[in-house]
Amino acid sequence: LSNPPSSLSFLEGSLLIVFQGKLTLLRDTKTDGSFLVHHFLSFYLKAGCKVCFVALLQSFSHYNIIAQKLGVSLTAAKERGQLVFLEGLKSCFDVFFGEEQHVGQTNPLQFVSKDGSNLKTMYEFVRTSLMASGSDSWKCPVLLVDDLSVLLSLGVRPVDVLDFIHYCRVAVCSQLKGNIVVLVHSNDDSEDEENELVVNSLCHQSNLILWAEGLATGFCKDVHGQVKLAKAFSLLPMLP
Amino acid sequence: MAALATGGATPSDGATSFQRKVPASSRLAAIAGTRPSVRHGQLLLSSGLPSLDCVLGGGLAVGTLLLIEEDKYGIYSNLLFKYFLAEGIVCGHNLFVASAKEDPADILKELPAPLFDDVHKNQVDEKETAIKSKQESQESMKIAWRYQNLPKMEVSPAASARFGHYYDVSKTVSPELLKSIKWHRFFLPEEMSLHPEIKTCNMTCGYTRLLQSIQRIIYQEGFDGSYPQKKQKNILRIGIQSLGSVLWGDDICCTDNPEDIFSLTKFLYVLRGLLRMSLSACIITVPAHLIQNKAIMERVTNLSDTVVGLESFIGSERETNPLYKDYQGLIHVHQIPRLNSLICDVSGTKDLAFRLKRKQFTIEFADHQPCASQKEHILTFKHRLSFRASS
Repeated sequence: LSNPPSSLSFLEGSLLIVFQGKLTLLRDTKTDGSFLVHHFLSFYLKAGCKVCFVALLQSFSHYNIIAQKLGVSLTAAKERGQLVFLEGLKSCFDVFFGEEQHVGQTNPLQFVSKDGSNLKTMYEFVRTSLMASGSDSWKCPVLLVDDLSVLLSLGVRPVDVLDFIHYCRVAVCSQLKGNIVVLVHSNDDSEDEENELVVNSLCHQSNLILWAEGLATGFCKDVHGQVKLAKAFSLLPMLP
Repeated sequence: MAALATGGATPSDGATSFQRKVPASSRLAAIAGTRPSVRHGQLLLSSGLPSLDCVLGGGLAVGTLLLIEEDKYGIYSNLLFKYFLAEGIVCGHNLFVASAKEDPADILKELPAPLFDDVHKNQVDEKETAIKSKQESQESMKIAWRYQNLPKMEVSPAASARFGHYYDVSKTVSPELLKSIKWHRFFLPEEMSLHPEIKTCNMTCGYTRLLQSIQRIIYQEGFDGSYPQKKQKNILRIGIQSLGSVLWGDDICCTDNPEDIFSLTKFLYVLRGLLRMSLSACIITVPAHLIQNKAIMERVTNLSDTVVGLESFIGSERETNPLYKDYQGLIHVHQIPRLNSLICDVSGTKDLAFRLKRKQFTIEFADHQPCASQKEHILTFKHRLSFRASS
């Protein structure tokens, strides 16, 4: 099976060349920012990158149905080895209802069952998924996470979430020259201090922040919100 | 139970794009009480309250969770809970009822009685029946004289191919109708006494047992597709009452520094996985007003699909406010899921009030304009669905 046809514009193509080894933070407030996740997923798959998608919030078929509307088949991408998909809900099910010995030590969500705040297994999963194997002809590897805030709900401490991202940056961004895209939720008047801590720290670390905000005036049928671009590193000199 | 096509949407537009729980090879036969969403092939159920279905964009999606933030005394949230279960009975779905304070059998006995089509029909067609009755009486003599003295059978409500039904809360559902469906129970005091202590995943014991019980039913009854040879697919409606309250063994409702703040959110995450992998839908009521740690409710909202908050006017100053004199409270739609789609189709306004009036429960839209003199909003209303709560 050949690579999917690259249907990127010149702009997107040059973005890809220039934008490597970076951490992109997707952030949503008062709206659902997952459309950004879907966009990046199909974007990177169409571009021929190897993608490891840590999908914690929805089922595989949800992402697949939307990706098909955006022109990409996740099933086909998995089959040709371009996409490694971690379906968090399913892994957690295995951890919770599975036999002790079968779960073993390799389930990335095994931290849910122990007194767990250790994301080491998840990190190992990401690292081995994106390590280049000899026959691979994919472009830069990408780690996509939807969404990080769920980990806090599962008992992971903020410092361990940040450690996980740090380790992933070392492996994916520095060593493999790939990109990381992470979605977090946040609210202006949020009382979830742990979440705000993670969000603020990631804002500080990331190279690019895409912030989807709901309208301040409330819900509207036709206009869902606005997307703010923050802290984009300068691409303008590189483009013709 | 016969598989009936539900009235309303024709299956021609995108019905087969629903792929979530069914293997690609088998077509999804029509399941009673469901209809496909026109926009994105999502299979929808009625919540039991047609105007709530409207507000939620057509109904509840199969595989999702409806979280109700209880009103202060739990009166109206309990009503919504009962509607959801009653709708399941009328559609012939299976029920799973979980509670830590009330025996599920008692909950079921108190479900509202459905208003049959015949009742409405009779009011309209009185003229026609008057004409026909004479002929019928002659015929009945000939054909079935033996049976004419027996009481007339009630028309089964499942025979009506409707999506969403109306209920008379002044009457309880008939025992015959209750017997016609299959249901499962989880009563925490009973479960705790039966089995020794277990603790998995550092979750509150009650939650662990509940998850195991739900998973067992889903697996044994084949709601997760584990018996593909089973001819008739059905829906499992799960109802969990007052989750998070003290009776479940969780302390998030009684202190702002709970011992374990992750039990409830872990429970919801595992439940989410169970729902996504089965033909089911779940309603959970949570006494949100008792949870001091607001971060928990934010996380709970993020882990739920549809979140609706109820606010009753009982005991508040609004009770005597003339603007609200016909209404018992407000409904806040905090969240609606976007499944299999980049956007969600929801009505443009989210200000809703509800009222109980004799035999009718009304949820109405508000097109409000600010009132200059009082700085309050005048609520004007359009729809109407009525229903009465009896004491």
